[in-house]
Amino acid sequence: MSKYDSSKAPKTERITRLVEHLYARMPEIESARAVLLTESYRQTEGEPVILRRAKAFAHILENIPVIIREGELIVGSTTIAPRGCQTYPEFSYEWLEQEFDTVASREADPFYISEQAKQEIREADTYWKGRTTSELATSYMAPETLRAMAHNIFTPGNYFYNGVGHVTVKYEEVLAIGFEGIMEKAQKALEKCGFGDADYATRSRFLQAVIISCRAVMGYARRYAELAEREAAACRDSLRRGELLKIAENCRRVPARGAESFYEACQSFWFVQQLLQVESSGHSISPGRFDQYMYPFYKKDLESGAITRDFAQELIDCIWVKLNDLNKCRDADSAKGFAGYSLFQNLIVGGQDEQGLDVTNDLSFMCIDASMHVFLPQPSLSIRVWNGSPQELLLRAAELTRTGIGLPAYYNDEVIIPSLMSRGVSLEDARTYNIIGCVEPQKAGKTWGWHDAAFYNMCRPLELVFTNGVDCGEQIGPKTGNVEEMKTFEEFYDAYKTQMNYFLSLLVNADNAIDQAHAERAPLPFLAGMVDDCLERGLTCEQGGCVYNFTGPQGFGIANVADSLYAVKTLVFDQGKVSMADYKKALFFNYGKGVNELVVSQVAGKLARELLERGVRPDSASLAAAAGRVIAEAVTPAEQRKFDGLLKLIEEVGKFGNDIEEIDRFARDAAYTYTKPLLDYKNPRGGTFQAGLYPVSANVPLGAQTGATPDGRLAGMPVADGVSPSAGKDVHGPTAAANSVSALDHGIASNGTLFNQKFHPSALSGEEGLHNFVSLVRTYFDRKGSHMQFNVVSRETLLDAQKHPENYKHLVVRVAGYSALFTTLSKSLQDDIIRRTEQGF
Amino acid sequence: MELLETKGRIFDIQRYSIHDGKGIRTIVFLKGCVLRCRWCCNPESQEYDIQTMLVDGKPKVIGRDVTVAQVMEEVEKDRGYYRRSGGGLTLSGGESLCQPDFAGALLTVAKSRGIGTAMESMACAPYEVIERLLPCLDTYLMDIKHINPQKHEAFTGRRNDLMLENARRVAASGLTELVIRVPVIPTFNDTPEEIADIARFADKLPGVKRIHLLPYHRLGQDKYDGLGRQYLLQDILPPENEHMQMLKKLVENVSGLQCRIGG
Repeated sequence: MSKYDSSKAPKTERITRLVEHLYARMPEIESARAVLLTESYRQTEGEPVILRRAKAFAHILENIPVIIREGELIVGSTTIAPRGCQTYPEFSYEWLEQEFDTVASREADPFYISEQAKQEIREADTYWKGRTTSELATSYMAPETLRAMAHNIFTPGNYFYNGVGHVTVKYEEVLAIGFEGIMEKAQKALEKCGFGDADYATRSRFLQAVIISCRAVMGYARRYAELAEREAAACRDSLRRGELLKIAENCRRVPARGAESFYEACQSFWFVQQLLQVESSGHSISPGRFDQYMYPFYKKDLESGAITRDFAQELIDCIWVKLNDLNKCRDADSAKGFAGYSLFQNLIVGGQDEQGLDVTNDLSFMCIDASMHVFLPQPSLSIRVWNGSPQELLLRAAELTRTGIGLPAYYNDEVIIPSLMSRGVSLEDARTYNIIGCVEPQKAGKTWGWHDAAFYNMCRPLELVFTNGVDCGEQIGPKTGNVEEMKTFEEFYDAYKTQMNYFLSLLVNADNAIDQAHAERAPLPFLAGMVDDCLERGLTCEQGGCVYNFTGPQGFGIANVADSLYAVKTLVFDQGKVSMADYKKALFFNYGKGVNELVVSQVAGKLARELLERGVRPDSASLAAAAGRVIAEAVTPAEQRKFDGLLKLIEEVGKFGNDIEEIDRFARDAAYTYTKPLLDYKNPRGGTFQAGLYPVSANVPLGAQTGATPDGRLAGMPVADGVSPSAGKDVHGPTAAANSVSALDHGIASNGTLFNQKFHPSALSGEEGLHNFVSLVRTYFDRKGSHMQFNVVSRETLLDAQKHPENYKHLVVRVAGYSALFTTLSKSLQDDIIRRTEQGF
Repeated sequence: MELLETKGRIFDIQRYSIHDGKGIRTIVFLKGCVLRCRWCCNPESQEYDIQTMLVDGKPKVIGRDVTVAQVMEEVEKDRGYYRRSGGGLTLSGGESLCQPDFAGALLTVAKSRGIGTAMESMACAPYEVIERLLPCLDTYLMDIKHINPQKHEAFTGRRNDLMLENARRVAASGLTELVIRVPVIPTFNDTPEEIADIARFADKLPGVKRIHLLPYHRLGQDKYDGLGRQYLLQDILPPENEHMQMLKKLVENVSGLQCRIGG
């Protein structure tokens, strides 16, 4: 007998209706949370922060409006408007006020906001001046760090302005003992606190805060039970009345107590998932191994006949819809970087148990089918692949891939498990890992991983090698010498490493300042009740309460840096075809290919510096004019021919992504300039830094801040995405690209790597197409790649979608670590997706 | 080693081919062909001589002389994918049989290294030439374009008697899996009668189980301009999908073969 049943249950009409309702309008920003949070804070002035947080959370849950959407079986909505969002002024607020009038019309992720909500949020915000985590973090940073950020070397924006999130809690514990059980644990720990204990003050208040938070959540569920009962009483449709009464019954039991049925487990899961995102604005609250912790409830009900497979599927589908009901408004720049309203709620199926045995079960298949039914970006569905994964599961996953939804992402146990162990995670914990957010592996319920700590642009330090550490006229990096005088490639490469190391130390400085600010101003007691060992240590996750602590900033532009270093080595040092002075000039003037802001600001900066050295104070208008003249004079036709000649030479140099061993080795080493030095740094929670090699969609906006690079990339163009080759540079098909990418050291990038491939649907057509696709994934994984994701859509489709967005409202593409609706992406990001090499033909 | 030093002339190596034989494959395109099919989508494959073709307005040299060792170095790069997918090396062209020693050496070396082998070919060579390749060939993807010798000659430049006879002998040998492929070309062979004739012929070949109908496409049209040649099928359109489906049903009705559209 097979260990699992993989049959397909139908999609019900209810799911279609729920989805339509969800997408009927533009999402909306509501004010309730900001108002309630601030009300509470005004009443708790002077109390310990942890209690203030808990009381504010309770005040919000007691008063925030509750709503049951039409036809829902699983309830709990954070906003009245579908896909609406609340605001979180305790982290930062100024950006939103500045963008109040543009947020509805901006290109990436627009939100409607009413005048009344603006007014209320503005009023609440007045309280937060000087009290936010971002303000405290700023005051903790070194001036050099702030300067590097102003020059766009890296951005820790995510946690700088928002909550941290990026966690998977012990859902299974809530399902087993409910919040009454967790409260009891906190109560017992509280009783053990001795008056004479050194940490009595913090520990006792923390435990009290956990208890307050648990009670608040139970009260919130009760409000839903009451609402469902009221609606049932008024409901004329007897079928719906029955559903509402069942909802009420569920909410009376869970999440207060342990779940007794699959349906209750679903509802209990949902309250946890939703309310973690009310406590903080941190995204990537990842459900993790849903097919594992839900399975005992499913199995019991199925065997007892309490539930049919079809109804279980419908409940899962309902949860999938709810995961898309949550939303988050980011500032305009971040919205470009995280485009697609994504919350990165990563849910993973398949893989191994603690003993290393395969755990694929019915729900693994049903989760994939749910994504097929609901056909929306959330959850970020992932699949664990190892040598023992059933082919059938991977084929089902491939069927979903073939739809073009960009889901699931594939993860390689054979790389990730040893990689986690190398960071001190136990064998059992490593085997039961799940993925957070985009691609970040960790052990659920034990980790505060700070997985999306920053975006670090590896191309920018390379620019500084050419300018001796000067950017826009300002000395921001170390003086690594005049590049024209460098005699060997090693000297050049060492200069790059020196620039890298300096800015990595500043990156750490920024992250640790923010880390400290969250620990002091926004410790999260509700979350802490569901992560080990917070209750035992008497600390929240932010304060170091977790078993595993990491900080994981992302490096990107590997392919550009590798291609650039290789081109410089080949053309300047090996072949001597180009002088460094000419290379430098070409980069400075963007190869003569268009004068954009980046070029002007570099030239103007240089002029200003020269004037200042002579004691003249430049004014900005004459400076801009002078810069224009300099550029016009510099780029003579003769000079332009030289630039063009250089570009042609660069084009002829081999590029990463084509299975050329020498270059791939080079890329591997170039990636080490980021991944290795980071390992030497510690965070305030006692954990280590660990590198990730993936951008979200930030490769486009951050590319816009990057001048021309020696690989021939022009100023302002996107940099390469994740560990993928530069767009259009991989010309030998998917296997060659996969071989090159697998030549990088994925294990050392233990915060995850991201490899994007784009396929035309015909590459996956028929049963054979699915098998070939799975073989491609398996072989990339045999070669120690870590992650793979796919866009399956034709170029023509995308071009047409750009022209007629109205016809493609539901077109989902994989952007980078997550799926988003294509039409909601900015034009430049859309172009980038189209430009990526279309594989398979 | 002698086999590895064997020289031949190719014009392309294409990795990750998933439409020519089982699994993920690397196709090596050998230069030179005996036929001159009017619809040929690789006109640069026909001459054995190294040529210059305009690609996107830029001259590109078509054809290079390589050793088996050099080809195998490229083929080996995707070994892992062959193993996972059941794929391997496919020889195509041109007509591989125009360079029998080179083709034979490639197949022998691949086979001896545990890499699956396939060959796309019209079987337009003396049977003795073909026979030598069969022990190292897992799958023979044999083109049968038409049953009528006169019409065959009119559109390809050669009668088909030799090829049909070779098809019978290859099938009878039992040394390789024989798969029949039919390019479906409007105005040439796309009528139900013509396709049915081919299907009936293939059905009688011992051991043949599969037939592929390859719909005509115009992707090679620009290459004719690039070579300074005239494309003779200017006015014909690719067959409609409905038409192809109809032909597929027809093949399944008149024969016991598994039929599919595309490779």
